[in-house]
Amino acid sequence: MYDVVIIGAGVTGSAIARELSRYQYNTMVLDKNSDVCEGTSKANSGIVHAGFDNEPGSVMAKMNVRGNAMMEQLSKELDFSFKRNGSLVLCFDEKDMDKLEHLLEKGKKNGVPGIRIISREEVKKMEPNITDDIAAALYAPSGGIVCPFGLTIAMAENACVNGVKFQFDTEVLNIVPKEGGYRLETSKGVIESKLVINAAGVYADKFHNMVSDEKITIIPRKGEYCLMDKKVGDYVNSTIFQLPTIYGKGVLITPTVHGNLLTGPTAVDIEDKENTQTTAEGLADLLKRVAISVPTVPTRQIITSFTGLRAHWTEHEFIIKEVEGAPGFIDVAGIESPGLSSSPAIGEYVAELVQGIYPMEKKADFQATRKGIPNVAEATFEERQELIKKNPAYANVVCRCEVVTEGEIMDAIHRPLGATTLDGIKRRTRAGMGRCQSGFCAPKTVEILARELGKDVSEITKSGEGSNYLTGYNKEDM
Amino acid sequence: MKVKELVCIGCPLGCNLKVEISEEGSMEVTGNTCPRGADYAEKELTDPRRIVTSSVRVSGGHLPCVSVKTETDIPKDKIFDCVKALKNVELLAPVKIGQIVAENVAGTGAAVIATKDIYVQ
Amino acid sequence: MKTEIAIIGGGPAGLAAAVAAREAGVEDILIIERDNELGGILNQCIHNGFGLHTFKEELTGPEYAGRYIEKVEELKIPYMLHTIVVDIAENKVITVMNKEQGMFQIEAKAIVLAMGCRERSRGALNIPGYRPAGVYSAGTAQRYVNMEGRMPGKKVVILGSGDIGLIMARRMTLEGAKVQVVAELMPYSGGLKRNIVQCLDDYDIPLKLSHTVVDIKGKKRVEGVTLAQVDENRRPIPGTEEFYECDTLLLSCGLIPENELSSQMGVELNPVTSGPVVNESLETNVEGVFACGNVLHVHDLVDYVSGEAKMAGENAAAYVQGTLMQAGKEIPLKGENGVRYTVPCTVDRDRMAEKQVVRFRVGNVYRDSFLCVYYNDKCISRVKKKVMAPGEMEQVILMKSKLEAFDGLESITIRIEQE
Repeated sequence: MYDVVIIGAGVTGSAIARELSRYQYNTMVLDKNSDVCEGTSKANSGIVHAGFDNEPGSVMAKMNVRGNAMMEQLSKELDFSFKRNGSLVLCFDEKDMDKLEHLLEKGKKNGVPGIRIISREEVKKMEPNITDDIAAALYAPSGGIVCPFGLTIAMAENACVNGVKFQFDTEVLNIVPKEGGYRLETSKGVIESKLVINAAGVYADKFHNMVSDEKITIIPRKGEYCLMDKKVGDYVNSTIFQLPTIYGKGVLITPTVHGNLLTGPTAVDIEDKENTQTTAEGLADLLKRVAISVPTVPTRQIITSFTGLRAHWTEHEFIIKEVEGAPGFIDVAGIESPGLSSSPAIGEYVAELVQGIYPMEKKADFQATRKGIPNVAEATFEERQELIKKNPAYANVVCRCEVVTEGEIMDAIHRPLGATTLDGIKRRTRAGMGRCQSGFCAPKTVEILARELGKDVSEITKSGEGSNYLTGYNKEDM
Repeated sequence: MKVKELVCIGCPLGCNLKVEISEEGSMEVTGNTCPRGADYAEKELTDPRRIVTSSVRVSGGHLPCVSVKTETDIPKDKIFDCVKALKNVELLAPVKIGQIVAENVAGTGAAVIATKDIYVQ
Repeated sequence: MKTEIAIIGGGPAGLAAAVAAREAGVEDILIIERDNELGGILNQCIHNGFGLHTFKEELTGPEYAGRYIEKVEELKIPYMLHTIVVDIAENKVITVMNKEQGMFQIEAKAIVLAMGCRERSRGALNIPGYRPAGVYSAGTAQRYVNMEGRMPGKKVVILGSGDIGLIMARRMTLEGAKVQVVAELMPYSGGLKRNIVQCLDDYDIPLKLSHTVVDIKGKKRVEGVTLAQVDENRRPIPGTEEFYECDTLLLSCGLIPENELSSQMGVELNPVTSGPVVNESLETNVEGVFACGNVLHVHDLVDYVSGEAKMAGENAAAYVQGTLMQAGKEIPLKGENGVRYTVPCTVDRDRMAEKQVVRFRVGNVYRDSFLCVYYNDKCISRVKKKVMAPGEMEQVILMKSKLEAFDGLESITIRIEQE
């Protein structure tokens, strides 16, 4: 029997796992996908919000500002990419200045540091490519950008190193209370645990409703994005939001922490919790909306588009508490934006909750730091030479667009919670994330995966069972 | 008299050919830029043939297979038979460019030859 | 490490440039190739149809490459395999790495850029739908089928009728897959006519012009795609959607010269071709840096690549030997009225050879039109062409003697005119 089972290996589940791994709990993380970071955590804006638009006093507001404050230190401890690039909310019309003032007030109440309204001239000086048609902007210097994969994988890996078990391709089918805990019926058999943490993203309602009569509904809110080439990564410097206009809620445009330009998300509530398809209408709508901020948005430089699903609770608030009538079952539900920003704070807070329910000693040998995969592309000449001396595979560039070497891919496979799929490699090393979108490197990456995992290339998948990359040999159907 | 229109595949120019076939079966080709166009048209309408390219497996080489082609063109309706005949052919590295991979493939009289060097690895 | 001429890329362009430079008398040449063998993309183009101009016979891609590789070996031109160029500085210091030697620098006197091109990806096309396994660029599929002997799918839809797409329709069919349809966004094919005949017609594979993919179904692996007809503005027409069940979507939607290294070193690029702006000597704006092959502009025939690369190699040789004349008055070459671009972009009458080939592509299908060359605003040649299409490269030849005889020449314009 486990002390704690966490359902969901996204950013929330991984953050909680990492915080719990400071203690002597016997913890298990379950995920129905074949890797960490396969749901909402892999398809979002990668923004560390400053925290001005949450309702003062809400759990969201608290978690966001705390998470934002923790992010920098955490990025150093766990070696993932994070940058404080600041954020702007554009106000397009003098008539809307009261709304901007209102945001400023909320930001101040929430304790967002350095937040202020700046003039049109000042904004234009910071962001020459944005529209001339603005009245002013709200500037939050603490806004940042993070690699959502980097953050999730770093926390999960660190949790793993500190003793947390992860089991993938395991879908929880039913949860039944039992004496002193819960019995989880999964696609891979029964698992028992004293405590259960429901960090299941868009499926959090399903698990909550298995143990509680007070039903909740988590709505998948679909958001489509377009990612642009690094050539135009400096088209804007800060993360640029829009005050809602008569055309509806705005979209953002931001540099990513890896130097691309990203715009999104649209917002459409849907029913299918697996519907991550992009649509022609959605993408067209997105590009129309972003043009309000940046009229010359370089759409010719789009290298990919994707859809993410936010786990939207009908009450638009984070639910982080032990479920009434279900002792030892903790909901971490409704974790939509600013969930990524809040994740370190959520991890910390849930660990406190768990401590309150079932106190446990700290580990003496907790490893607080983690070193990521060396980044050959960003290494200096001397650093590269050092790396190559250690492993000549660091000299073999597999992904040309992002300059990812065979050495890095081998690392990604052999690390704790190592990659087993093409997408897993991509999220850990960026191989295939560049402008050719894996056209050149996918076959090589598949080959390395097969070699290092001792498999045949036909067994290698893009993202787990059923997504095999190849279907067979030449002439075999003749 | 019948008229047939064809696109010449003799070279990348892809001339649009017009073939007038008389009652007696004689053909007059127009639209060709070079004599090969006329040859192609006549052949295409009486005995269409193609060069077939494919690959066969190699063991012990720097690549797991080697590209091959029929040394001469073969009747169009034998293309699939030709490929099927290569299904179970497996070579051992090294393979030299021009090396015969299969003789008289699918009874066409044409040999299949390697089009690439594969060295031992 | 030092070299007189560094050639970036050991594909058809790099090989021909190297051979030409050596034959022009330069001893110290180095070909830098990232793959584990010379020959570049020709190694995976196992179909025949190469070399009719260069060798007066019909060869397959590997055979065509083999001819040049043999020459390189014969001439003992040094090359480095599985070596990637990380950076080229403006002073022609090339930073490279490989497994054997690690990371190091090569100082070159002249550089020939011959890096080739890459395929436009699904993302760049912004095709909506899911993102499952089973969406490949036609070139990736080509590598698998032709070099690895592996099938990327069994039931295939191809978007784009560029030559690689057409060729792959036949290859996949011959290896046992069912190719259901080739869809092309434009009202005309982007590939050679002969390929439509011998790759599609021969196997009864339908070509749907003015069609595109509007949806990809399947969460793990492709389960099907939806095609729709498009209007004259290339927008899908509602109500024309047709679903095709398949496990694979191949994309053959255009090639983009790979000029990341060139632009990093300050080489000016032409936004139409995405290749370097070059003069009659195929020299870029960075002195002593030449470009040829698909990195310069996407070719339809490798024979033309070889010819162009030969010229780049000879000029690079002349440059290091000090016999390439100083650049003088550069006369701009302009494409107009359907002529999308020209290579070269300028000519210098003193530096040009007696016959200067100018290559370009047209922006649409033109039937019974005139290809006209103007010196300033005087039409000096007007040639009737039965058909010109974007899939096929066109050329005109400029004569040095004629250019020299023309007083006050300020510009040369190539344009398409109707009756």
